Amino acid sequence: MSKAFLIDTTRCTACRGCQLACKEWYELPANKTKQVGTHQNPPDLNANNYKLVRFSEHLDGETITWNFFPDQCRHCVEPPCQGAADTVEEGAIIKDEATGAVIFTDKMKQFSEEDLEYVRDSCPYDIPRWDAKTKRPGKCMMCIDRLQAGKLPACVQACPTGTMNFGDRDEMLALAEKRLAEVKKDHPNAMLADPDDVSVIYLLAEAPERYHTHVVAEAPTPTSRRQLFASLRPSLTSVSKS
Amino acid sequence: MTNHWIDIKNADSILIIGSNAAEHHPISFKWVLRAKDAGATVMHVDPKFSRTSARSDFHVPIRSGTDIAFMGGMINYVLQNNKYFKDYVVDYTNAPYIVSDGFEFKDGLFSGYDPKNRTYDQSSWKFDLDSDGIPKKDTSLKHPRCVFNLLKNHFSRYSMDNVSSVTGVSKDNLKKVYEDFSSTGTGTRAGTIMYALGWTQHTVGVQNIRSAAILQLLLGNIGVAGGGINALRGEPNVQGSTDHTLLYHIIPGYMAMPKADWQTYDEYNKANTPVSNDTQSANWWRHKPKYFTSLLKGWFGENATAKNGYCYELLPKIEKGADHSYMFLFDRMYKNEITGGFIIGLNPMNSVPNSNKVRKALDNLDWLVTQELHHSETTDNWQRPGVDPKKIKTEVFLLPSAHRVEKEGTVTNSGRWIGWHDKAVEPEAEARSFGAAFVPLMNKVQALYKKEGGKLPEAITLQNWPKTYDAEYWTRLINGQFTKDTVVKGKKYKKGQQVPSFTALGDDGSTMSLNWLYAGSYTEEDGNKAKRRNPKQTDMQANIGLYPNWAWCWPVNRRILYNRASVNADGMPLNPKKAVIKWDGKKWIGDVPDGGWKPMSSGEGKHPFIMSKHGHGQIFGPGRKDGPIPEHYEPVETPIDSHPFSKQLSSPVYKRIDSEMDKLAKPADPKYPIVLTTYSLTEHWCGGGETRNVPNLLEAEPQLYVEMSPELAKEKGIKNGDGVIVESIRGKVEAIAMVTVRMRPLKVEGKIVHLIGMPFCFGWTTPGTGDSTNRLTPSVGDPNTTIPEYKASCVNIRKADKLTEIVR
Repeated sequence: MSKAFLIDTTRCTACRGCQLACKEWYELPANKTKQVGTHQNPPDLNANNYKLVRFSEHLDGETITWNFFPDQCRHCVEPPCQGAADTVEEGAIIKDEATGAVIFTDKMKQFSEEDLEYVRDSCPYDIPRWDAKTKRPGKCMMCIDRLQAGKLPACVQACPTGTMNFGDRDEMLALAEKRLAEVKKDHPNAMLADPDDVSVIYLLAEAPERYHTHVVAEAPTPTSRRQLFASLRPSLTSVSKS
Repeated sequence: MTNHWIDIKNADSILIIGSNAAEHHPISFKWVLRAKDAGATVMHVDPKFSRTSARSDFHVPIRSGTDIAFMGGMINYVLQNNKYFKDYVVDYTNAPYIVSDGFEFKDGLFSGYDPKNRTYDQSSWKFDLDSDGIPKKDTSLKHPRCVFNLLKNHFSRYSMDNVSSVTGVSKDNLKKVYEDFSSTGTGTRAGTIMYALGWTQHTVGVQNIRSAAILQLLLGNIGVAGGGINALRGEPNVQGSTDHTLLYHIIPGYMAMPKADWQTYDEYNKANTPVSNDTQSANWWRHKPKYFTSLLKGWFGENATAKNGYCYELLPKIEKGADHSYMFLFDRMYKNEITGGFIIGLNPMNSVPNSNKVRKALDNLDWLVTQELHHSETTDNWQRPGVDPKKIKTEVFLLPSAHRVEKEGTVTNSGRWIGWHDKAVEPEAEARSFGAAFVPLMNKVQALYKKEGGKLPEAITLQNWPKTYDAEYWTRLINGQFTKDTVVKGKKYKKGQQVPSFTALGDDGSTMSLNWLYAGSYTEEDGNKAKRRNPKQTDMQANIGLYPNWAWCWPVNRRILYNRASVNADGMPLNPKKAVIKWDGKKWIGDVPDGGWKPMSSGEGKHPFIMSKHGHGQIFGPGRKDGPIPEHYEPVETPIDSHPFSKQLSSPVYKRIDSEMDKLAKPADPKYPIVLTTYSLTEHWCGGGETRNVPNLLEAEPQLYVEMSPELAKEKGIKNGDGVIVESIRGKVEAIAMVTVRMRPLKVEGKIVHLIGMPFCFGWTTPGTGDSTNRLTPSVGDPNTTIPEYKASCVNIRKADKLTEIVR
């Protein structure tokens, strides 16, 4: 049985325990950031932040809404990035069978800037990033080392409110449906973001665009993308290597 | 907290006011959300829409410094609409007491005001007593001079119109909060109030909390599961350090600091030990001489004897009216009255108001000893921007400090639980914990006084110090030990053995204890209970989340204070679904009760509010310096020059400091029309001295910002992300504008008032991040505690031409 996260944004207080725990576990260096008029910092995902809490505020009449979105790799059921990377080098991105974790391997060290750009473009959630100098790619790896040692992912371990949940996929899907039914009482537009296609399922209280631009995948769906990549592979390979 | 973290889940209505709980006490929201899951309403009343507001059912914006108006309006609503819990009010509070004729309240002033000294003579704030000295009562609550009717009359001025006009809260929002929270006045529902520094840091800070006490007593919310008044106390061991006396005005266990009026041991005990002739009043503080004597035995050991008043006379004593809190301490330093000292574990050059003045004051020292993890604005004040280090005379010693994870010991959490933490790693190089530095230092000081003498050397030489520091040794002494062989309840204890409870402490020198509240935490029978990690509980305890075998809680492992107010006269829970304690016919079950006496109906019971002299919850509270009932006063710096409640604009007795650097903006000063509130944030710890040196935290919150509404930004021509200058009459500060819809302009007394908010955690020793926000705040404080008014002052704001403190 593969694993899944349920990220229940209706419980998130944006304490950023997850964002920091991730950095601590992977011993990622701090970016030099500046205050530019928002609490969202660093401003975007990067090679040193596999996880980022995004802040989005709205004023509707007199009602203020402040949405928090702990963004990370979705570990797609059919990962388009894998298909894209395969066009550069077979097996550069792998999917761990036991957990469903999508892992960037050392083979990606050989990727050119254009190859990396291509992998990023393939992602329906705009996740992959790399270090500008070393080209080291970075994204969530589901703490696969921790999982193999019988531990929870660092972000889940750190969460104080029950926003971050992790377990067997069917358990998480059941929990997601249960929580969705509860949340719908107060938020009739509540929804799960692409639950069938991803291993990181977000529960949202309202429309995805009120959180962030890449909360749900844009058409085509991951499955058809995979087919698309497969069919295009020979020509793309030649393009990326030219 | 009267209750504890887990207990928040039992609430039906949660009022978060004067606190940004989700950001400053993240774990609290684990339990707030559990309550919400079970159907509770969560309301956040605060000037700023924060991460707390985001997870509440609704947010109510309020002008900073008007909480008493808001709470007074709710008290008025409860009284006018009969929402109070009558049986509780009559049986358990002092609402039926008759107040003496001399007490009065007129146009914002209570009787006894001395305008020259700006203090109250409190002697008229008292009750009529019968021939036994017990307060006269009218349990029908009809007597015009009973507390209930005085209260009703007092708050009748707090109409929806008046409250809305002063606070800037819409009448709809007032009604929404008042209705929901007052629905708990039934005995079967519970409401909790969560507050923190947003309530204390005002010139009316203590009275803010008094307003909560009155409301919760009227609604019967004290002593019950999911109720209480819950001061959220934070990671810097705020609870533990207060219990063990971080502040100057008390000594460990909440006993008064010796004063010049009390020259002898007997005089101290006489002045501080309340007497009640009511056989139904436990009057727990009657035991104070036992706790005080045991403390003196702890301090002076064998040297403390009955004959020498247990060395009481060697203690320093405060002169009448003297204030030794930070603001006054730094004022004395500014006036060259202090020549040297130790500053350890805090960063006052960043966190005390009017930083420009306190930074200058520190220059007047000949010597200064600091012990820190990192260089801070305090350790390096001598080389701060704009001064010539060659001209600063102070010799500064910076000792390396061990980090929390490099030492073992206890931390007391907000719910009064004492938890042990182990040492994870050894301190680096020569770094030491405070204890490991201080104990040898005291040994050397003692040796010097023994050798060289001096003024009253016995005050130092007779103190009882071990040679080296050991955390567990002190934990044992804090609990207390027998100083001679003793028999307690048939059990023999030898000299040097641990006392089992504070009931074993004596006033005859037979015991010592460094804090009576902690007696029972480290016993012969069970060892160090701070180390307990056993989740065992009964079904009744499990029902409300009590874990009596997990850590230990003061007093006597009682998890919910005043819990006998949760039962009726027969000892049966008022709310059986969330019972805290219950009389099973022979004994109490559930939590540890407030005293084991039989229920009141037995005739052998005691009133549940055992810490007050007469045994009742104090709706009329005569002990405070600014009045027995809260009254709305404006912050000292205010955007308005009158309010509808009285002609008394600000507190008549607030603490203030006079020096040429302590300027105050006049009320409604057009030069400073904007209300500033200051606060902490999740990512940095207090003044930031530690966390600014943690790169990952600095990445998340890198620089000083000012949160402001789009409306104000437009008015001032400021765009999001612009550099700005915030200016008060005392100083100016650079910040980055964070223009946000989460700050709303408020309509106050017919005009638009803007609020802005800034954190205070940035300082110049972390280059480019900004510098002390407290260069803006005034040296004015609460008359009871002298806590500064960080939460409300007046400023102006403009776009900066260039920035020198913040790197762009």
